Amino acid sequence: MFVDFFYHLRGFGLRVTITEWLTLMRALAMGHGRADLGVFYHLARSLVIKRETDYDAYDRAFASFFMDIEAQFDIDDELLSWLEQPKLPEITDEERAKLEALDLDELREKFKERLAEQDSRHDGGNKWIGTGGTSPFGHGGENPAGIRVGGSGGGRSAVQVAGSRQFRNLRSDRVLDTRQIGVALRRLKKLDKVEGPEELDLDRTIDKSARNGGEIDLVFGPPRRNRIKLMLLMDVGGSMDPHTMLCERLFSAAHAANHFKKFEHRFFHNCVYEKLYTDIARWRGDLTSQVLKNLDHTWSVVFVGDAWMSPYELTHSGGAIDYYHRNTDTGLTWLRRIRERCPNSIWLNPEPRKIWNAPTIHIIRQVFPMFQLTLDGLTEAVDVLRGARPNRALAA
Amino acid sequence: MSFQQFTGTDRYLVTPELRDAVNVAIALEKPLLIRGEPGTGKTVLAEAVAENLVMQLLTWNVKSTSKAQEGLYVYDTVQRLNDARFGDKDISDIGLYIKYGPMGRALLAEQRVVLLIDEIDKADMEFPNDLLHELDRMSFSVHETNEHHTAKHRPVVIITSNNEKELPDAFLRRCVFHYISFPDRDTMADIVRVHHPDVEDELLKQVLLRFYWLRDLPEIRKRPSTSELIDWIAALRRGGVSTEAIESELPFLGVLMKRENDLQVTLQAHRRGRVN
Repeated sequence: MFVDFFYHLRGFGLRVTITEWLTLMRALAMGHGRADLGVFYHLARSLVIKRETDYDAYDRAFASFFMDIEAQFDIDDELLSWLEQPKLPEITDEERAKLEALDLDELREKFKERLAEQDSRHDGGNKWIGTGGTSPFGHGGENPAGIRVGGSGGGRSAVQVAGSRQFRNLRSDRVLDTRQIGVALRRLKKLDKVEGPEELDLDRTIDKSARNGGEIDLVFGPPRRNRIKLMLLMDVGGSMDPHTMLCERLFSAAHAANHFKKFEHRFFHNCVYEKLYTDIARWRGDLTSQVLKNLDHTWSVVFVGDAWMSPYELTHSGGAIDYYHRNTDTGLTWLRRIRERCPNSIWLNPEPRKIWNAPTIHIIRQVFPMFQLTLDGLTEAVDVLRGARPNRALAA
Repeated sequence: MSFQQFTGTDRYLVTPELRDAVNVAIALEKPLLIRGEPGTGKTVLAEAVAENLVMQLLTWNVKSTSKAQEGLYVYDTVQRLNDARFGDKDISDIGLYIKYGPMGRALLAEQRVVLLIDEIDKADMEFPNDLLHELDRMSFSVHETNEHHTAKHRPVVIITSNNEKELPDAFLRRCVFHYISFPDRDTMADIVRVHHPDVEDELLKQVLLRFYWLRDLPEIRKRPSTSELIDWIAALRRGGVSTEAIESELPFLGVLMKRENDLQVTLQAHRRGRVN
C-alpha cells in the first residue's frame, strides 16, 4: 500500500524522493502515526511535501487515494486485511517496471535493505509492517505506532480535511520562481577592465608571495566590473494581470541582483508611447524621449509584456488604449526608436509560443527577438544580451 | 516515546499539526522548516519550544549579507594582527581568536539546545546549500586550529522562512516542513485572548468580523497579520472606541494597513457597504 501511495503522490506531480519516503517510514516506525489517518495525513505532509504550493496537490492525491479505499473496502475487515499484508518489500513486476523506468533500481535495493533493517530492529513479534494487533499499520490494534485507517477519533476525517482543499489558493503552477530567475540573471555579466585606481589582486598576490618563499609581493591590476546596464520595461495592467506574480518575481530578482552596473525600470500599458511610468499605477512618469536620451547602445533593454493588443494600438496614431490619450506617433514607431537607440534589446513574453502568431506579437517579433518567460527562454535571452548569441529579430 | 515532547506553552498556542511536526523533527533529529505569512508566530515557536523543553535558545538572525561560515565561526585575524603589533599579548594560541557563531555554539553546547535560524531566505540563495553538511552531520571543522567538533547532543534546529526566495531542493529534502496557515476565527479569538486576556466578547467579535472581512478583500496586496490585529485591538481599547464605531467607521485603520493603496481600497469597499 505504501509504495502505491508513494507512486500515487508522484503521479500527482509531487517530487517525493526515496530518501524522504524512507524518513516517513522511519517516523512511522517510531510511532508518530499514532494509529490515526488524520495524524498520518499531517505527518506524511510534513516529511514529503516541502512547499506550501504543493499542499493542494497533496490534498488531491491524498483524498483520491484514501477515498478510493474507503469506497472500495469495508473498512473494518477488508481494508484491515489489505493493510496487514506484509508485502512491502516484495515488489511486483509492474512496480519493478515503474521503478526501472525511473532509474531507481539502486535505490530500490536500498529501500529493501532499509526495510530489512527495520524488521530486525522491531523484533520480538512486532513486525514493522505485519499482521496482528501490534503491527504499526492496521486497525484497532494495540500498537501506539499504528495507523488507523478510516474515521479518526472525532472531528473530520483526514480524507475530509484533504478533500476540502483549503490550500488551493497557495497553488501557483509557477513557470519560474525568484530563485531560478536569480540564477539565470547571474549569468548576465560582461566583465570589463575599467578605469580607476588599481586594485589589489589577491589571488595573484598570494600566488606570487608563495613563489617568493613567503616574502609578501603585492600585485595590483586594473579593477574589473560588470558593465551590464539593464533597463527593464514592463507591461502592466489589462491582459498582463494574470502574469502579475511572474512579473513581480522577475522584477524582484532583477532588483535583488546587485551585480549590474546600472539597473532601471519603467512601466507601460500594452505599448510604449511618449511616456514611460515609474509606478505601476502609471501616475508618475518621464517622457520616453527623455528616458531614451539617458540610454545609449551600452544599455540592454528588456521588455516584459504579452505584446497582445489591438493592432491599432501598435500601428495607428491615436490608437493608445487609454481613451483620453492621443498619441501622435504610433506605438510601433516608439518601439523602433528604442530598438535603434539600444540595439541590445529583447522582449520576454509570458504567453506560450503557440499564440505568438497573433498579429501584434508577430509585428513586435520583427522588431525585437522574443523569448518566452520560462527558465529556458530566460537563459536564451541572457545569452543574447551578453553577446553569446546574435541579437536578431524575426525577418520581416 | 523516549524523547521529550513539545506541548505548547500558555503564551503560545500550538495547533496539533504543528506540535506533531515539532515532535517528529525532534525525534528524527532533522531541521524543522517553518513557513507562513508574516505574523503567524514562526519565530516565537522556537522560543516556545525552548521554554517548553527547558533548553537554551540560540538565535541566528540571518541577514542579506550573512555567510554560512559566520554561523559556525569567524577567525578574527584583524584582532590577532592588532594584538601582535604591540607584543604585549600572547598571540600564539589561534584558538583565542576563533569566535564561534550561533550554530557553532549550538554544536559545541554541553546540553541539547534549540537553534533558531531565523529568516533563512534573507541570505544569498546558496546559503542554505552551504549549511547542508553541517546540518546533516552536526559537526564542523575549524581549519585554522585543525580541530573537529561533533555535537554531543544534536540541537533542535528550527528554521524560518518568509518565502522571499525559493530554497534549494537539496536543502528542502533534509527538512521537516510545516506551513503555518493563517488562523481561523476561533483560533484567532484564542490567540487574541492570550495577549488581551480581559477583552470584551462583543468587541472581539466585531473586531474579528472586520478583520476577516478585510483580509478577504481581493484588492488588498499586503494582508494584515496577527500581530497587526493585536496592535489594532490595543489601539481601539486605548482609544476607548465603542463597538458600534468599529462597525461604522473602521478607526485606526493605519495600524492594520501599511500601504497607502490598501488603505484606500479598504475605505472604498467599506463605503460601498460590503460589510454584512
